[in-house]
Amino acid sequence: MTVLLFTILTLSVLGILSAVILYFVAKKFNVEEDPRIDDVEKMLPGANCGGCGFAGCRAMAEAMVREDDISSLFCPVGGGDCMKQIAAYLGKVAPEKEPTVATVRCGGVCAKRPRTNTYNGAKSCAVASSFYVGETACAFGCLGYGDCVEACAFDAIKVNPETGIAEVDADKCTACGACVKACPKNIIELRKKWPKNRAVFVSCVSKDKGAVTMKACKAGCIACGKCAKVCAFDAITIENGVAYIDSQKCKLCRKCVNECPTGAIVLRGMEPLPKEPKAPAAKPAEKAATPVAKPVEAVAEKPAVAEQKTEINNEQK
Amino acid sequence: MANKILVAPAPHVHSPQSTQSLMRDVLVALIPALAVSTMVYGLDVLKVTAIAVISCILIEYLIQKFLLGGKTTISNLSAVVTGVLLAFNLPANIPWWIIVIGAVVAIGVGKMTFGGLGRNPFNPALVGRVFLLIAYPVQMTSFPQPTMNGYVDALSGATPLAAVKAAAEKADGAISLANIDLLNMFSGAMPGSLGEIAAMALLVGGIYLLWRKVITWHIPVSILFTMALFAFVVALVQGGDAALLYELPAFHLVAGGAMLGAIFMATDYVTSPMTGKGMIIYGIGIGAITMIIRLWGAYPEGMSFAILLMNSVTPLIDKYVKPKRFGITSKK
Amino acid sequence: MKTFPIGGVHPSDNKKWSNTKQTEVLALPDVVNIPLGQHIGAPATAKVAKGDKVLTGQLIAEATGFMSANIHSPISGTVTAVDMQPNGQGLRQMMITIKREGDEWMPEIDRTAEIKRECKLEGAEIIAKIKDAGIVGMGGATFPTHVKLSIPNGCKAEYLIINGVECEPYLTSDHRTMLERGEELLIGVEILKKALNVEKAVIGIENNKPDAIEHLQRLAKEKKFAVKIEPLKVQYPQGGEKQLIAAITGRQVPPPPGLPIHVGAVVCNASTTVAIYEAVQKNKPLIERVVTITGQQMKEPRNLLTRMGTPISTLIEMAGGLPEGDIKVVNGGPMMGRAMVNLDSPVTKGCSGVTVFAGQAASRVEADTCIKCAKCVSACPMGLEPYLIFRLAHKQMWDRVEDEQITSCIECGCCQYSCPAGLPLLDFVRLSKQTVMGIIRARAAANAPQK
Repeated sequence: MTVLLFTILTLSVLGILSAVILYFVAKKFNVEEDPRIDDVEKMLPGANCGGCGFAGCRAMAEAMVREDDISSLFCPVGGGDCMKQIAAYLGKVAPEKEPTVATVRCGGVCAKRPRTNTYNGAKSCAVASSFYVGETACAFGCLGYGDCVEACAFDAIKVNPETGIAEVDADKCTACGACVKACPKNIIELRKKWPKNRAVFVSCVSKDKGAVTMKACKAGCIACGKCAKVCAFDAITIENGVAYIDSQKCKLCRKCVNECPTGAIVLRGMEPLPKEPKAPAAKPAEKAATPVAKPVEAVAEKPAVAEQKTEINNEQK
Repeated sequence: MANKILVAPAPHVHSPQSTQSLMRDVLVALIPALAVSTMVYGLDVLKVTAIAVISCILIEYLIQKFLLGGKTTISNLSAVVTGVLLAFNLPANIPWWIIVIGAVVAIGVGKMTFGGLGRNPFNPALVGRVFLLIAYPVQMTSFPQPTMNGYVDALSGATPLAAVKAAAEKADGAISLANIDLLNMFSGAMPGSLGEIAAMALLVGGIYLLWRKVITWHIPVSILFTMALFAFVVALVQGGDAALLYELPAFHLVAGGAMLGAIFMATDYVTSPMTGKGMIIYGIGIGAITMIIRLWGAYPEGMSFAILLMNSVTPLIDKYVKPKRFGITSKK
Repeated sequence: MKTFPIGGVHPSDNKKWSNTKQTEVLALPDVVNIPLGQHIGAPATAKVAKGDKVLTGQLIAEATGFMSANIHSPISGTVTAVDMQPNGQGLRQMMITIKREGDEWMPEIDRTAEIKRECKLEGAEIIAKIKDAGIVGMGGATFPTHVKLSIPNGCKAEYLIINGVECEPYLTSDHRTMLERGEELLIGVEILKKALNVEKAVIGIENNKPDAIEHLQRLAKEKKFAVKIEPLKVQYPQGGEKQLIAAITGRQVPPPPGLPIHVGAVVCNASTTVAIYEAVQKNKPLIERVVTITGQQMKEPRNLLTRMGTPISTLIEMAGGLPEGDIKVVNGGPMMGRAMVNLDSPVTKGCSGVTVFAGQAASRVEADTCIKCAKCVSACPMGLEPYLIFRLAHKQMWDRVEDEQITSCIECGCCQYSCPAGLPLLDFVRLSKQTVMGIIRARAAANAPQK
């Protein structure tokens, strides 16, 4: 009986003693932290994807609380609503950004881009692209080994085994930009996201001359310039042997789609224009499809991709 | 062109060694010890080994098939090696169900919980063995007395290590090898786990592994050397009988799991360090801990514990012990 | 017998198919493609345009700066194009295309078989002649030789080491050159000694070429050449510059930016030394080289004296054509050579051989998981930990990779060769090296203006 009593007593005393020590230690080493950081972190999506440029959601929350001007901070996953909510909570001006979506700009499916060899090395786009041209004669196209798939934290990008090309699920894509950084061929671009996942873009980045491109891939852009001529909004530029549609200027009028001789301009989420009458039919559809006025410029222009690339290098130092 | 052109970065040739071939070599190297053991303890040895191997394979297969998914890796023979090594750490007369429990712990807890081959921090066979040693101490430590033609079940003998330890405790810590026949121990005539008794056969297997370049000398030599040195110093401190100076080191090298541990268990790729220097540190650690347990610990044998303890230090060794880099000369 | 101190592997050398085959002169090609960048450094600048007539040995592209090399026409004829063409890896490169008309040589080139030993030129003149002739390292690294011979201030060359190791399995072009052109090689050594002003010259040859060792030793003795022939224990990658220096002198070149000259050594390949002889004594630029075409399934492996720019497919035809089924054609040897997709790509200055693999040998072994066997660590001749770099590369932890001294990697392939799990170690180690070098360059560029 005494043994039992002793045991209970010692353990209780030990417990109380530890509690007291812990209390004082906690007091002494308490770190004052803005409680708002916790709240902001809770409001963020918690994906820790790094799409904002910070190491994780916590770091982003710290920055949002710390900075007076948060216009340069933006969580692509949470989007505008999330930013507005946080800005309201913090009493700051919400950063605004148009929603964007990752877009794979390569149309070189197996049927159109014949395989000339079989790659037997490590299944990594980065390894393959640093070694040689790839399994086809096109040095610019999608390799299909899935570096972007590995980079994606949202299960939004998959390599289609039938076409051998990465495909983005626009509904799942949060535009965090991880795949853009991962792609060694710079094929993936963040483009303006239209309602119903509508999109018009040049699905080719080949800088080869037209004849060389044609030989390698029947779906390639040959930089003939027909699309640029027909565009009424000055959205299409031809540079380095490839056409590019500025998604900020494009109004989805779809005239260029019909002009393209190789089918390199891809139309998503919409019916193509009827072939014969070119001008008149375009007008109503175009108006219907231009919902938002654009608030911020220079979101997904072509140089932005290149800039992002250099940023990675800086970060990784 | 009718040819299919394959393309890959260099190198374009590969050494004939594969995971499977390495494991196969380990199994081949274990054959002499198994043969001696069968001679000493009879066919029960093969029964125990077969049960251990089959349960290990089965458990790995079932876990991969139903719990983990993905492809099964039975064909790389690592489960077979674990099974044989587990059996080698058991007495020949152990009940079959204990072997199965050991296999479940070895493969299930020791290996697959961590993600399978290559990711386990501890040697799976030893995890199984130590679990059994603690859970079933009676069955695990009553060894049949070998008779060179089967054993007599009723006569369970103490291992030489246990006998010497008990004698030393009676004699106030004075170690004496009076009743020990070292030559018998070297050839396998002593009570013990079925794989550890034949120091000679294990040594033959070790030489085969070195010749096949499956293992390097670093781990076995550093373990055995440390143990011998340790024993020598102990004999020196004790003084008295001059013959003890070489007999005690020799005794500790052939007794218990010294050879099995140093050659086959500690050299397990996954749980040993990556650099030569690291391997020597690891080996010295195992040798010293083993001797400390043998001389002053509660158990007569400490090889398994020593290896498991050093397994846990391996990541640390790998982090801080780097190989000698080319072109960097020490500025001392 | 000497060898290098750390790591190394022993792949079967498979030289038996071609090492007894006398070098044959390949028929002149009808059309050649000459890449402007066939050396380390800046690509050369084209000096000819479409429609120009050129003679054999005529300068067609000039070195762009110091770290570059001249390029000469390997045949006489008409330039038909200066344009982007796919190289062996299918990547487009600027190339000069020449259609052959006869074989008319530049008049100053001495084409006689007479061996000229006496050389009255000064060191600087010799180096200038080597630069004019566009000579680069012919062992595969294609480092411009005149750059190597120009000793930086504050350094002194003590050893001239001639690389006759040819540790790369299958290849025998250096071996045949040493056997057939031994005297030219030894004169080349004398010229180089003069250019560098060094006393000690050593020719390192692996012990699997006893005939070459014996032949050169006898020649050196008979004709009184002051050069030591050093037999070396067979071990890959002994032909690596740093490994060879360590094997012969016992000195280890410090990690980058350390250079061989920092330990007083200059290494020159055996074939390059013969080319130097030809350039200095015979005014002959680097327009042809010996190429080994080999492979287990090839009907007739050969050593062919080939003009630069000849399509590799021509060589394959000469060796009996491609075997059926899966194949892998490698420009170079099996350990470091580059697999090709475009078999019509040209022979270049660094192409010491073409190795063809067929059937099972063309594919890699299937990759398993790492069992931490440490074979890559013990195989690495630079003392690196490939398994660790492999893991860090997957996590893209480039700063950690840099700490692990990735820049020391010589991409010899020992790690991947020895990996029992068949992991693509070097694929990722090479990627890490490229990435880290990029980061280092970017950092240097960012820091430069502030100073």
